[in-house]
Amino acid sequence: MTIASYVLGVVAALLVLVIVIEMLRRRRLRERHAFWWLVAGVLALIAGIFPTTLAWAAQLVGVQLPTNLIFFVGIAILFLVCLQHATELTALEAKTRTLAEQSAMQDLRIRELEQQMNGRDRLSARRDEN
Amino acid sequence: MPTPLEQTLIVMPALNEEASVSAVVSEVLRTLRGVSCLVIDDGSTDNTAVAASRAGADVAQLPYNLGVGGAMRLGFRFARDNGFENVVQVDSDGQHDPSAVPDLLNALADADIVIGARFAGYGSYRVRGPRRWAMSLLSVVISRISGTKLTDTTSGFKAMGPRAIALFSSNYPAEYLGDTIEALVIAAKAGLRIAQVPTAMRERAGGRPSHNPIKSAVYLGRATLALLVGLIRPSTAIPGDEP
Repeated sequence: MTIASYVLGVVAALLVLVIVIEMLRRRRLRERHAFWWLVAGVLALIAGIFPTTLAWAAQLVGVQLPTNLIFFVGIAILFLVCLQHATELTALEAKTRTLAEQSAMQDLRIRELEQQMNGRDRLSARRDEN
Repeated sequence: MPTPLEQTLIVMPALNEEASVSAVVSEVLRTLRGVSCLVIDDGSTDNTAVAASRAGADVAQLPYNLGVGGAMRLGFRFARDNGFENVVQVDSDGQHDPSAVPDLLNALADADIVIGARFAGYGSYRVRGPRRWAMSLLSVVISRISGTKLTDTTSGFKAMGPRAIALFSSNYPAEYLGDTIEALVIAAKAGLRIAQVPTAMRERAGGRPSHNPIKSAVYLGRATLALLVGLIRPSTAIPGDEP
């Protein structure tokens, strides 16, 4: 391995960590969404500074080419992030639906109040204008 | 001139506390004459809201669970918009003794946030293992940045004065553990004065604090993360303060 590729590995890992931590600091990223990116950054930093750990880990799990372990771990982390986003999206959809229902029911209650106070509500008043 | 209690809002986040909320609200209104009590029903699936309303509290129902942090921010916004000077957070499970509220309010004369602390040589609250280490670590770090000795930084029994209400109604963390740890860090960084008053805790109606070692270790990790994130974030200005 050349010095240039060693430096590239370390700098890229540091860049990931700096970006994630800075976004966390400015509240652009919530802790729970930063977790897997932090894990990825730390792993990349360890493998970048001590390349022997990568060869050791590859041997430990029986992967012949250490680079393949990087691809495997990288894809695994991307998979986990995607899965986390999908569950968050599902939760958000459920919440917007609840909000829409609540808004419709509040509208109904307000119209009932209007009807009691003025004898007619906003919707039927609009019908009179036509 | 209204009494301090008349300018105080008791905020009670409640999640499925149908069994206990009614007794807690009644005791608060009976013990603290003239106080206003707002129960935030944090997406309960039982009759918490009905029970609280019958007991005489104002009830705000959240459409889904936001966590204690989200519920408390609604409480702070309500307090700000309705002109309350003080907010006291009280748990709806009955572990906080309402008769300690006047002590907290008195201490607000020289502080912006007063914590009702469980370990300060009063009562019989005990924890062990990683949970204890987490609490010690938090106490040391938050005591240092706030400049006062605090022994119980994760207590949910707190009184907040006008400056704390102004800060927290715009900026209160909703993250897990954020409502205790990060909130104190935000307050200390914004220059609010934090104090503590020893209080006794009662047995909780529903179970005791968990002593599962794995859960406690996870708690230690998450508490440390919440603390670190709070520490690296820039300080926030208090709305309405002179720059």
